[in-house]
Amino acid sequence: MTNIQYLAPTTLDEAVSLYAAAAGSARILAGGTDLLVQLRSGMINPGIIIDIKKIKELNSIEQKADGSFVVGASVSGTQLAKHSSFGKTWPGVLEALNLIGSTQVQGRASLGGNLCNGSPAGDSIPALIAAEATVNIQGPNGSRQLAVKDVLSGPGSTNLSQDEIAVNFIFPTRQLGSGDAYLRMIPRTEMDIAVVGCGVNLTLENNICTSATVGLGAVAPVVLEVEAAAEALVGNKIEEETLERAAEACRAVCNPIDDKRGTIAYRTKVAGVLMKRAATIASQRAEGA
Amino acid sequence: MNKNKWIGERTIRPDGADKVTGRASFAADTTMPGMIWGSVLRSPHPHASIVNIDITKAASLPGVKAIVTAKDIVDFPFDTPAPLGIQDMRWMTRNVMAREKALFHGHPVAAVAATSEEIAAEACKLIEVNYEVLPWVIELEEAIKPNAPILHNILEFDGKPSNIAGTLEHKKGDIELGFQEADTIIERSFTTRPVHQGYIEPHACLVSVTADGKATIWSSSQGQFMVRAMTSMLTGIPQSDIRAIPAEIGGGFGGKTIIYLEPIATVLAQKSGHPVKMVMSREDVMRATGPTSGSMSKVKIGAKKDGTIVSVQGTFYLQAGCLPGSPIRGAAGCAFAPYDIPNVHSLGYDVVSNRSKVAAYRAPGAPIGAFAVESVLDEIAEEIGMDPLALRLKNAAREGTKAAHGPVYPRMGYAETLEAAIEHPHNKVALGNLQGRGVASGFWFNAGGESSAQVNVTEDGNVVVTTGHPDVGGSRASIANITAELLGIDYQRVSVLIGDTATIGYSNLTGGSRVLFASGMAVTDSTEKVIKSLRERAAIIWDIDPDAVTWEEGEARPAGANAGMFEPLSLEDIADRATETGGPIGAGAQLNTAGAEGGFATHICDVEVDIELGIVRILRYTSFQDVGRAVHPSYVEGQMQGGVAQGIGWALNEEYIYNKDGIVDNPGFLDYRMPVCSDLPMLDTVMIEIPNPKHPQGVRGVGEVPLVPPLAAIRNAIYNALGIRFYSLPMSPPVVLEALDISQAAE
Repeated sequence: MTNIQYLAPTTLDEAVSLYAAAAGSARILAGGTDLLVQLRSGMINPGIIIDIKKIKELNSIEQKADGSFVVGASVSGTQLAKHSSFGKTWPGVLEALNLIGSTQVQGRASLGGNLCNGSPAGDSIPALIAAEATVNIQGPNGSRQLAVKDVLSGPGSTNLSQDEIAVNFIFPTRQLGSGDAYLRMIPRTEMDIAVVGCGVNLTLENNICTSATVGLGAVAPVVLEVEAAAEALVGNKIEEETLERAAEACRAVCNPIDDKRGTIAYRTKVAGVLMKRAATIASQRAEGA
Repeated sequence: MNKNKWIGERTIRPDGADKVTGRASFAADTTMPGMIWGSVLRSPHPHASIVNIDITKAASLPGVKAIVTAKDIVDFPFDTPAPLGIQDMRWMTRNVMAREKALFHGHPVAAVAATSEEIAAEACKLIEVNYEVLPWVIELEEAIKPNAPILHNILEFDGKPSNIAGTLEHKKGDIELGFQEADTIIERSFTTRPVHQGYIEPHACLVSVTADGKATIWSSSQGQFMVRAMTSMLTGIPQSDIRAIPAEIGGGFGGKTIIYLEPIATVLAQKSGHPVKMVMSREDVMRATGPTSGSMSKVKIGAKKDGTIVSVQGTFYLQAGCLPGSPIRGAAGCAFAPYDIPNVHSLGYDVVSNRSKVAAYRAPGAPIGAFAVESVLDEIAEEIGMDPLALRLKNAAREGTKAAHGPVYPRMGYAETLEAAIEHPHNKVALGNLQGRGVASGFWFNAGGESSAQVNVTEDGNVVVTTGHPDVGGSRASIANITAELLGIDYQRVSVLIGDTATIGYSNLTGGSRVLFASGMAVTDSTEKVIKSLRERAAIIWDIDPDAVTWEEGEARPAGANAGMFEPLSLEDIADRATETGGPIGAGAQLNTAGAEGGFATHICDVEVDIELGIVRILRYTSFQDVGRAVHPSYVEGQMQGGVAQGIGWALNEEYIYNKDGIVDNPGFLDYRMPVCSDLPMLDTVMIEIPNPKHPQGVRGVGEVPLVPPLAAIRNAIYNALGIRFYSLPMSPPVVLEALDISQAAE
C-alpha cells in the first residue's frame, strides 16, 4: 500500500540530484525488465522510481573517429542492433545483450540495466568484460570510470554507491584481426537465464592469438574475468590443445552454487565447453575481420 | 451419407476473431460495480496443525469487508465418503481451505475481501495463525517408508496408519504361469516427477451474491456445472440459486476440472454484500494448483523369441499430493491396454505427501504407465532382435481383444497407427552421429457421459446451437461443422454458443476427451428433431403427409412423384412461416452418452544430443493416431501437437524443485521449464480415421492420448543416440551429462 513516485528527468544532472536526494529510497528504471519483476514479486519496495530513458547521454550510441564506441547505459538491445556498425565491430556484445528475454524485452533491456542489476548470470556482462569495456559513472561529486570487470561486488550488488548512476559504456578501438563471441548454456533455446555464460574477445595475427580476454558468468558470486584462460590462448594457435588449456583455466576458477538452475559439477564442466566454443567463434570472426 | 460438405472441413472457428483481437473475455476480465478484491492467506509451513486463527487485527484494517476461514466452508467429515464425479468433497473442502491442518506450503488458511487487492493482501498478513509445525514429507519414496510422517491418521494400509490412501488392481490370466512360457523377461523400475498442466491463464473468478442469496459466478473452468455443484456443496447454497457462467478459458488440460477460488469468493461475497473478484498469481498457481502425480513404477514383461508377449506385471505408485486421489486408474489401466496379452497384473497405489493436491492432467496417469511399459518394450525388442514397431504390431490389441481393465474392443485402429508408422518416410530416413530414433505407443480410455444441447432456428432461417461445455480445443467449430452438415446449410449460418448453468441443461466436464463425442451426439439428436419438425412444417404448408417430405441439401422436398409437385422449401421459407405452422422451431437433447471407446496412438521421435552440454534436442516428431472421424482436422492436429509438446517438456525439463524447508523453489515459468516455441520442431501428425462405430459421426476422443507416448518415445530415442538408458525423468541437461560421464568412465 505504498505510493511510488515516478520521475522522468531529461538531464543527467537532474537525475543525479534526484537520486542523491532520495538517499537510497529510489530505484533507477532503465528498461525495467528486472525492476518491474522485482517490484511485482515484492522483492523491492522503492518510494521513487527514476526513469533514465529520457536522458540523451544515456540513450545514444556514438562511434568516435578512432573507432571506439560510446553506448548509453539505457540503450535497448533493439536500438543497438539497429546501429549500422556496432554489431559488426562487437558481435559478441550485441549477441549477449540480445539473448536476454523475448523480442519485447529486447526492446527495453539495456547494458546498463543488466550490469547494475548485479546478477552473476547477467548475459551481457561476460561479453562486456571480454570487450574490456569501461563504464562512466556519475554521482553528486562528479564522474568516474570503472572497468566493467570491477563493477560487480556480489550477487545483486555493485561497487556503485547509492547515489551514482551508470551513464555510458566505452568500447575501446578495435585492432584488425579481432573478434568476440558470447555463448550461454540454457536448458531451453530462449527465454531463460544463463546456467553458465562465457564471453571471449581475441586478436589474431598470422593465426596466432596476440591478445585475449575471457569473461565467465554464473559460476561465482560475480562475473569473472579469467586471466589464466586468456594467458592460455595468447601466443598460440586457436586449436584443440590450446582451447583445452584455456577451458581448464575456466573450470579452475569456477566457484558456483548448487541451485535450481544447475549443479556445481554441471556448471564447472559447461564453463570449459562454452569457453572452447566461444573462443572458436571469436577466432573465426577475427579471421574474417 | 453422401460425401461430406462440412465434416472434415477446416472452417474458421467461431471464437477466433475475438481471440486474435483480444476481445474474448477471460475470467479475470470480468468486473462489476461495487466489486471488491479477495486475497488468500497461505500456509508458510508444509505441514502444521492449525491451533487457532485470530482475525481481529485484520478485520479492523480500514477497507476490509469480510474474512473467511474453514469455519465458513461446509465440512465433510473425514469418515464419510462424499463423492462427486471422480472427486470426493471430503478432500475438496480441505483443499479449498485448510481445516484441521495445513498440508502443504501454500495451502489456503484464510481469505480476506477488501476494497483493493493491496488492502486484502495487507490484511492477510495481519491474520494471526497459531500453527503447531509437524514433520513433513514431500517425496514419494519417503512417504511410503514405515517411519514417514503420516498426513492423515484415518488412512490405513495393512491395518496401520499410512500415506497409502488406496489401491487399484487389474488382473487377467495367471502371470506366474505366463512368465514360465517366456524366453525373455525384463523387469525395470522407473520414476517420473510431478509436472504442472501449465495453462497460461491463472485461476480467476468474480462472484456476486444478491441480498436474497442468489449467487452468480463468472469463472474459468472446464465445467460450469462442476463449478456450480462444488460451490453449492461447499457453501450450502442450493444449485438452483447458483448461476455459473463460463468465461473463455486460457487452457486447462485437466487442471480446471476442480475449483479453488469460487467457494471462497462466494462466501466473501455473501458476508460482504459486494461482488468479490479473486485472481491467482502465477506463483499461487504453481504452489497450490495441479500438478499431476510423480511416480515410482516397476514393470516386468515376458516375451517369447518370436516377440509374442505372454505375461506382464506393473506396479505404479502415484503421488496424490496432500489429499487422496491420484490417477492410479489411468496408470494401471492404460499401461498395457494397447496390447493383446493373455496374462496381466497391474496394480496402482495412491500416496499422499505434503505437496499440493494433484489435479487431472491430459490422460491422467496414462503417460506414467506408458513411460514404464513402452520403455521395457524397447528393451525387449532389442533383446530378441526385433524392430520395436514390429514387436508392437505383433502384439497389438484389435477388434475383439479383451483388455485387462475390462472392455472388449470394438473396431479401432491401433494396428493401423503402427502400420502407418512403419511405412512413413520418417521411419526410414537415415540418422546422423549422436542422433537417435525412438518409438512408443499409448492408450487412453476416453469418456462419454452427460451432455445437453439446444438447436434453435431463428426467425430469419439461421441456426443457433447452445451446448454446455467450455471450448478448450475448438469444439464450437466442430459442432458448427456437424450442424451445418446435418441441416445441409452453409457453415456461416450456424452460431454455436456455450450456455451457462441457467440456460442449458446439465453437461458434465470438458474432460476425458469427451466433449465432441458427447455434445456431438446431443447436437445430432437435437438437429434431427429439428429436421423432423421442418419436414412436418413443409407437410402442413403442402397439406401432405410428413412422411412424404424429405430434407435434402438444406430444403424440404416432396419425397417423390407420388407426394405431389411442390417447389422445395428452404430453411428460410419454413422459418418465415413458422408462426402459421406451429410456432418456434427448435429442439433440445439431454443425453447420458455411451460408447466413447478408447484412443490409440503411436509416435516416432528423432533426437540429437549435445554430448558436451547434455542437451537433448527434438529433431523430428511424428504422431500417428486413430482419430475416429476428424470433424475439424485442424483442431484434431492441434490436440495431437499440443499433447506432444507437453510430453516433450515432461520428458526433458519440467520438475518442481523443493528446497530444504519443503517449499517449491521454482514457482514460475522462468525456472519451471516448459518448452518454448523455439525448442520444438514442427510436430508432424498423421490422422488415421477409423470411425467409432458407436457414434453418429464416428467421433473418437482425440485430446488426451497424444500425451501418452512421448515420454518413452523420447527416452528410447536417447538410447538409440547414446546407448544410455534412462529410467527417471526429467532427462535434463545435468542428468544427461552426468550419465554420459558415468558411461565414459565405465568404458
